[in-house]
Amino acid sequence: MKAFGSWEAVLLSLIVLLYAGFGAGIDGFLSPYALADSTVNISERAVIALAMAMLIIAGEIDLSIAATMALASLAMGLAMQAGAPLPAMFAAGLATGAACGALNGWLVTRRGLPSIVVTIGTLSLYRGIALLALGDQAITGYPDALSTLGNGTLGELVGIEGLIVPIEFGIALLFALGVVVWMHCTVHGRRVFAIGSNPLAARFSGVAAGRYRFGLFVFAGIAAALAAAMLTGRIGSTRPNLAAGWELDAITIALLGGVAIQGGRGSLVGVMLAAVLLGAFTFALAMLNVPGIVVTMIIGGLLIAAMVLPRLLRRRAEGVA
Amino acid sequence: MLQLRGIAKRFGPTQALRGVDLDLVPGQALALIGENGAGKSTLVKALTGVHAPDAGEILLDGQPLRFARTQDAQAVGIAAVHQETVVFDELSAAENIFIGRPPVKRVAGLRIVDWRRMEAEAQRWLDAVGAGFSARTPTRDLSIAQRHQIEIARALSMQARIVIFDEPTAALSRAEIDDIYRLVRQLKSQGVAVLFISHKFDELFAVCDRYVVLRDGASVGSGDMASAGEDELVKLMVGRAVENIYPPRHRTPGDVALRVAGLSHPTEFDGLDFEVRRGEVLAFYGLVGAGRTEAMLALMGLKPEATARVEIAGCAVDLCDPAQAIAAGLAYVPEDRRGQGALLDLSVRTNLTLPALAGPRHGWHGRLSSGPWLSATRETAFAKGLIDRLRIKAASDDIAVGSLSGGNQQKVVIAKWLGLHPRVVILDEPTKGIDVGAKQAVYELIEDMVRQGLAVVLVSSELPEAMHLADRVVVMRRGRIVARFEHGAPAEAIVAAASGVAAEAAA
Amino acid sequence: MKRASVLLAVIAVIVLAVGWRAPVFLTLRNVLDIANESSLLAILVAGQAVVLLTRGVDLSVASNLALAGMLCALVGKAFPGAPIALLLLMGLGAGALLGAVNGVLVARCGLPPIVVTLGTMSLGRGAVYMASGGAWVSEQDVHAGIKALPRAELLGVPMLIVIAAVVVAAVAAWLRWRPAGREVIALGNNPDAAVYAGIPQRRRLLQVYALSGALAGLVGVLWVGRYAIAFTELAAGYELTVIAACVIGGVSIAGGIGSVGGAMAGVLFLGVVNAALPVIQVSPFWQQAIAGAVILLSVAVNAGAGRKSRLPILERSVP
Repeated sequence: MKAFGSWEAVLLSLIVLLYAGFGAGIDGFLSPYALADSTVNISERAVIALAMAMLIIAGEIDLSIAATMALASLAMGLAMQAGAPLPAMFAAGLATGAACGALNGWLVTRRGLPSIVVTIGTLSLYRGIALLALGDQAITGYPDALSTLGNGTLGELVGIEGLIVPIEFGIALLFALGVVVWMHCTVHGRRVFAIGSNPLAARFSGVAAGRYRFGLFVFAGIAAALAAAMLTGRIGSTRPNLAAGWELDAITIALLGGVAIQGGRGSLVGVMLAAVLLGAFTFALAMLNVPGIVVTMIIGGLLIAAMVLPRLLRRRAEGVA
Repeated sequence: MLQLRGIAKRFGPTQALRGVDLDLVPGQALALIGENGAGKSTLVKALTGVHAPDAGEILLDGQPLRFARTQDAQAVGIAAVHQETVVFDELSAAENIFIGRPPVKRVAGLRIVDWRRMEAEAQRWLDAVGAGFSARTPTRDLSIAQRHQIEIARALSMQARIVIFDEPTAALSRAEIDDIYRLVRQLKSQGVAVLFISHKFDELFAVCDRYVVLRDGASVGSGDMASAGEDELVKLMVGRAVENIYPPRHRTPGDVALRVAGLSHPTEFDGLDFEVRRGEVLAFYGLVGAGRTEAMLALMGLKPEATARVEIAGCAVDLCDPAQAIAAGLAYVPEDRRGQGALLDLSVRTNLTLPALAGPRHGWHGRLSSGPWLSATRETAFAKGLIDRLRIKAASDDIAVGSLSGGNQQKVVIAKWLGLHPRVVILDEPTKGIDVGAKQAVYELIEDMVRQGLAVVLVSSELPEAMHLADRVVVMRRGRIVARFEHGAPAEAIVAAASGVAAEAAA
Repeated sequence: MKRASVLLAVIAVIVLAVGWRAPVFLTLRNVLDIANESSLLAILVAGQAVVLLTRGVDLSVASNLALAGMLCALVGKAFPGAPIALLLLMGLGAGALLGAVNGVLVARCGLPPIVVTLGTMSLGRGAVYMASGGAWVSEQDVHAGIKALPRAELLGVPMLIVIAAVVVAAVAAWLRWRPAGREVIALGNNPDAAVYAGIPQRRRLLQVYALSGALAGLVGVLWVGRYAIAFTELAAGYELTVIAACVIGGVSIAGGIGSVGGAMAGVLFLGVVNAALPVIQVSPFWQQAIAGAVILLSVAVNAGAGRKSRLPILERSVP
């Protein structure tokens, strides 16, 4: 449960290499404005990837997290249409996210169902509800304050000229900090690692595994709502296919960040670094006009390479097993 | 007929076998004796083609053999009946018997499974071993003894020339064990060579003609069973005289620490009453599957359907939830230390400190954390204390528990509770699968715990262990307590109670 | 079997209920329509069910089918005179190759199937883009033979149904009658024991993923023919529908439990529900939500039934 180990060092070096490499190759890539822009692919995904990572470390998975984002955004939009002020909109989104997570948590902990199948089911259910509510329409007309959340900079918020760090990125960093500290420095985080490593042994040691897992699912729902608020603010509309496919991005970031799919191992610092790396990478490719789908393809390849390489290296180190 | 010369096998840093010689003769049963970790299961894997040895020769009728895969071993007539039954419970008994080599017929040029012939032949073999069930029975409906019968039927159906029995009697009743003896004698009379692995000397003396002793992966002695004495064999196994394995007993029992009345569960056990005093060891003896572990799990709050009246140190305790049981002073060391006791991927320190993270409790006023915040210094100190006290051999407290030896893993699993000064410690098969040196350490630990005034509940299937350590022995069978004995009761009586056979008059 | 009968009963109830409201639902034509609509799903489900039985999962079926379909569409466009059998073989071959990649990564490198197929899914999708350059193969360019095949009939039964029936029956027969098929079931039931039983684990796993891929390839060609179009996002997200049908049909995601027949009940269920919705004038937007709810229900029900019944230790009679 070390927060910063050798893999994190590798990720950090890759980030530096990436910025240096693309900076040399692309004009203006290293300009402050481009750097700030490059975080656009990082912030929202980092939030859900961190929550996903916590669940994977605990031995579970949540494939419905992006669909939860859509529902949370829908709740915000409906609240807005009902005339609610911004704080109430946020509340509606967070409550919806929490409820979605609670359903997952209840089915997994109280009914003992495997999380992969449950969240495949809730993924369809939540997207389906969004489809039912909106059909092929979109909700637009969000207040300016929300747009500032998604597109504005910290400088605008506190009145400092030249502080062009996007608000979203600031939120993501704060969120990451909170998650890293909770998982790596507190008793609770230690227990989550134990649950993922061996749920039965953890229970025998007095860890309330069910309660922690339920809480992590609810937390994932809340994280989804936070990401949804940021995304909705940034693009200014709610559609049923909001964040479609983002659950795969979240898993990819978590795995590239060094979280073991079997659970019990990983660093949340690594996950944040992987989010930065991947976000910057996709941003750079977009600047180079590489089509989105090819980017996805490269990410798929990276995911496999990230899995295969450690095993090959370990096998060589151990000799014939 | 089958000769092994100088078999060696290494797994990474561990040299599992370092020169094994043995001879199997048709019509004779050879006992393979050795402590756990001596290399017996590795040897079986080498013989059945699961692993190829790094060095040495396997000669069948003088011809050297090389097994690339398990079918090669089967092809020359080597079959094994394993301790953990190797069956597929979604398949029928017939299919299990012929797994990997089903009878086939050709239809339109394609090989397809001949179900009728398979079921008919399987039934023949099942009848030959005295199994009373149909070959079409889904295996998931069968008991452990019946699954063993499938494995034996499988071995017979392979027309094996060599049959290996690997600890086949762990879960069997007296009658079923006699069946195994009958089968072994039958095989011998048919000219089959039998390799019989067991750590129960009475079984070995009952059916085996010769013996080979393995110690630390090498064969260290062999001879005729008829002229061998148990002490001599144990000395070969262990490398030194064994009277010292059990530490001297000092018992001054105190007040009742745990009182249980009416511990019941709808399907697993009923009406269990017992009490344990401080400074006392209460052993629960019985066959595998008697319900002892289930009863202990219920005490720990892991069986919501169980009911009981439980008092710890005079205070009533509810059975809802492990945290409560732990807070009340119960500690449970599970039977399967790898699967249930230890977090193998996590460090020694993390394992040792896990239960203690919850903070102070009745016997322990320490705190490993300040509020929710972990403290590396306190954890390290706590862990070091336990590592020193139990002499856990680990390169550092940071290495993964999975890389420790079985004995040290067991020490970690026990140690994490001792630091909390529990009132009652339940040890479930604590010496299963660990070598003699580590066993001795565990027994010393138990005496240590008793001296400190802990109440110890020892669930054990090893009669000598239960008899030596316990002040009282409670025998369970099929979910109920069937007998209680004081220290010094005769072994035959205890075993008879566990197997459900009326005690025979002492010979 | 009990689970399958419950599902069939539910399907019968739905059919009768809808049929009572709208008798046209009970006509033979409608039944054939439902079967036709479900046939491509049925073929994919047959392959996925086998993968699930081995404790694996194949998330790349949709992208594999799109890639195989696009490749055949491109070849068909370039060679309009090519025999259809050749194109079908190409599809099968391309799919099998893609499946084999999954198989090698899972069986030889020992990687978890969910991660592997997540990766190959993205790789496959990107490959479709690269092969087509992002352009669509539109109706007039799709090979005439491929277009005609799904519309052909054999003895009055639409070709797709015939092909699906043959494929599903073949897979089910393979699992039941071929030694290799029995080994696959054993493998999923108890992978540790499989070693002792001499089951060639790696080879079987490779075969299973190659099978799933080959069937995806076949469906790719048929899909392109049926909808007379090929484009990058073809069948995007369809892998979830495939898994849904398996789960609803009682195939356990943990492996070892379930059958092709049961999975077909799941296909039938989805087919009937999707057909029923427009008939009872429920917006098609309900489909996904219903599918999700049904998955949750099925898993909850199957988990209760499938929980390994421990032999009761306690004897009710006096010992």
